[in-house]
Amino acid sequence: MYSFEPNEEQQMLIDAVRRYAKGDLRPAGHEAEESKSLPKKLVNKGWELGVLQASIPEAYGGFGERSAVTGALAAEEMAWGDLAGSLAVITPGLFAMPILLAGSEEQKQEWIPTVIEADWPKYTAALIEPFFDFDPNDLKTTATVEGDDFALNGVKMMVPFAAEAEAMIIYASLNGLTKGFIVPKSSAGLSVSEPEKFMSLNALPLYRVTLENVKVPQSHILDGDFAPILASMRVANAALAIGVANGALEYARDYAKERQAFGVKIAQKQAIAFMLAEMATEIEAIRLLNWEAAWMLDAGKEEAVIQAYLAATGAADMVMMVTDRAVQILGGYGYIRDYPVEMWMRNGRGFASFTGLAIV
Amino acid sequence: MTIEFETPKPIANMRYMLQTVAENMMRPISREMDENEHEIPYGYIEFMHTAMKSTGAGSLAPQEKKEKKEENPGKPKHPPIAYQSLASMLEMLAWGDVGMYLITPGGGLGAAAVQAAGSPEQKAKFLERFDGEKPTFAAMCMTEPQAGSDTSAIRATAVLDKETNEWILNGEKIFVTAGHKSFVPDEQFGAGFLVVWATIDPTAGRGGMRAFVVETGTAGVAVTKLEHKLGIRVSDTAAIVLQDARVPFDALLGSPTVEKTTTGFKGAMATFDATRPLVAATGVGVARAALEEVKKMLSEQGVTIRYGLPRQKLTAIERDVIDMEIMLKSAWLMVLKAVWMADNQKPNALESSMSKVRSGDIVAKVTQKAVEIMGPLGYSREFLLEKWFRDAKITDIYEGTGQINRLVVARQILGYSGAELR
Repeated sequence: MYSFEPNEEQQMLIDAVRRYAKGDLRPAGHEAEESKSLPKKLVNKGWELGVLQASIPEAYGGFGERSAVTGALAAEEMAWGDLAGSLAVITPGLFAMPILLAGSEEQKQEWIPTVIEADWPKYTAALIEPFFDFDPNDLKTTATVEGDDFALNGVKMMVPFAAEAEAMIIYASLNGLTKGFIVPKSSAGLSVSEPEKFMSLNALPLYRVTLENVKVPQSHILDGDFAPILASMRVANAALAIGVANGALEYARDYAKERQAFGVKIAQKQAIAFMLAEMATEIEAIRLLNWEAAWMLDAGKEEAVIQAYLAATGAADMVMMVTDRAVQILGGYGYIRDYPVEMWMRNGRGFASFTGLAIV
Repeated sequence: MTIEFETPKPIANMRYMLQTVAENMMRPISREMDENEHEIPYGYIEFMHTAMKSTGAGSLAPQEKKEKKEENPGKPKHPPIAYQSLASMLEMLAWGDVGMYLITPGGGLGAAAVQAAGSPEQKAKFLERFDGEKPTFAAMCMTEPQAGSDTSAIRATAVLDKETNEWILNGEKIFVTAGHKSFVPDEQFGAGFLVVWATIDPTAGRGGMRAFVVETGTAGVAVTKLEHKLGIRVSDTAAIVLQDARVPFDALLGSPTVEKTTTGFKGAMATFDATRPLVAATGVGVARAALEEVKKMLSEQGVTIRYGLPRQKLTAIERDVIDMEIMLKSAWLMVLKAVWMADNQKPNALESSMSKVRSGDIVAKVTQKAVEIMGPLGYSREFLLEKWFRDAKITDIYEGTGQINRLVVARQILGYSGAELR
């Protein structure tokens, strides 16, 4: 069947996340960006919503089952509030979810409950590399077999919370295939930089991580297929972009209904109204594409990999278009940092490079 | 409810069958029909009529009868999928040839208007004919030379002759798709009808607008012209003049009294909510045809699209094709959502217009890109890419232009009335 309505459980989660996004994230987001830090309480409260916990089976300490659709719905809602805050809240998933998807039974037992049962646990993952043609399927970071260990070498960037992480998954190329490796903190050869600075996401601590012959035991490789992990990251990325875009659309719409020019509200001018109509249409198009990708992942369909790629690619363009127009609709105010749309535009441009910052 | 994208079995089966039809009955004569405007592909029409009758695929209007069957007590109730089936069907036919789809026998927009605005008796009376021996057509006459998107500006009139209890229709209608086949008697076709929109009270504006069923061959009605077009050339686009044409009292769909409300106009608009995603579906079909052909031609010339690479590593052609794929797939999902809502009786004015906006945009872009990417081969009449480019453009014009649909979408998301956002 075709069907386009979240089920009851999903709707409950959506409502809960929406309340958090509206009541907590949105009011804090601007200040967090300007002061370059996120209140701990804010992140903890988001973690307690249980978005990740709900996608982990009971056997590993969670209370649900993994659903990319549910994850995408939650990510859409959360990012409506604030992107940096959302990324912080779901960072532990970067560690737990790949283990669930590609880890061995022992790895799942050993790591997932630890992550799930803690208060906003400090775990993360490192995928992105500092090259213009960074390709998750063709990493420059390498893993080589050395005796009973793997040796990891390379440089990663945009690793959230790397400085405080208890452990992280580091993706590296093993004989040309991307694999994740569980690397505990204080592993020899692992060094974390000062926080990196970006056009946006100032509130989210992101680090460069350098690996010089970092040894990890062979039992630490996530030996499953990387493709579904990457697809799940792309679905997450697209969902977050949709959330940001929705926020920008709604803000611009409400502004246009207030702002008076030439004797009418500017929303009554077709030049503005058509921009809004196109923004809404574009968001809906990519949203459905991403829902289908997520559904394909949940249904175990092979096409999910390409579909998620299309959704993420489309989402990066869509969110740029929508946030750019939101700034345009607010005119001069759009350019002023007192208003949130310029930040959303800076967020928007990042989505072309965010694959690896989130997973559902 | 849930979020799900599994194509229902009956739809998958139907599409499989229709693809064979498209490949064998449509594509082989696509070029010939395009080059010989106004020629009628009787073979295709006959075949489609027989095929739809024997398979129970039904006419090109959502079938109420089937829904009734599903209401049989004792049988498990399946979720309704009539509009979803129809959209899937039209997408595949348009993939074959969108011009030929437009002259597929069945009720078309005429029957859709009867479905939307007619009484149960009228539906029974006017729609039964499409299951007859011969292929039969019906058409919708809305547009006039001075009134296109602004349908409330139509001038055709209907006056009741109280002595005979007949309506007298006067006016000029243009751009009537399948108008010739629906009205001019043809031995090979059954008697069809036109649905003519006219005002019963010119002072009442939209409130006076009504739809009238005008049977094939009615005296005082004439097809005065067949248009020559950029594309969809096999589809007859007729100009029709009504001069003191008389139709019986019950040819009027809906209520004969003029109230302060705009029920009549809303009837026409409700028809659009139902038909816009269907037209959008045909745009998606054309876009898919073009994209598949480009991928095939590229692969014959040694180019395969490397999905999954970061954009920085892709060639310009790969980027184009991937963008076309995103446009195509997302447009189709918007169609599906709009018709799924129609099937489930959810108000879908927003989604319906959104799907039309998207489809009109993307089919133009995809077919333009297809011609561009293939260079001289794209431009050549040896292949169908240039034809699909010409066929595509109408998607953004008929059944509400892209601009009208943007207005509808904007009003919906802003919560504005027509007066607040003109």
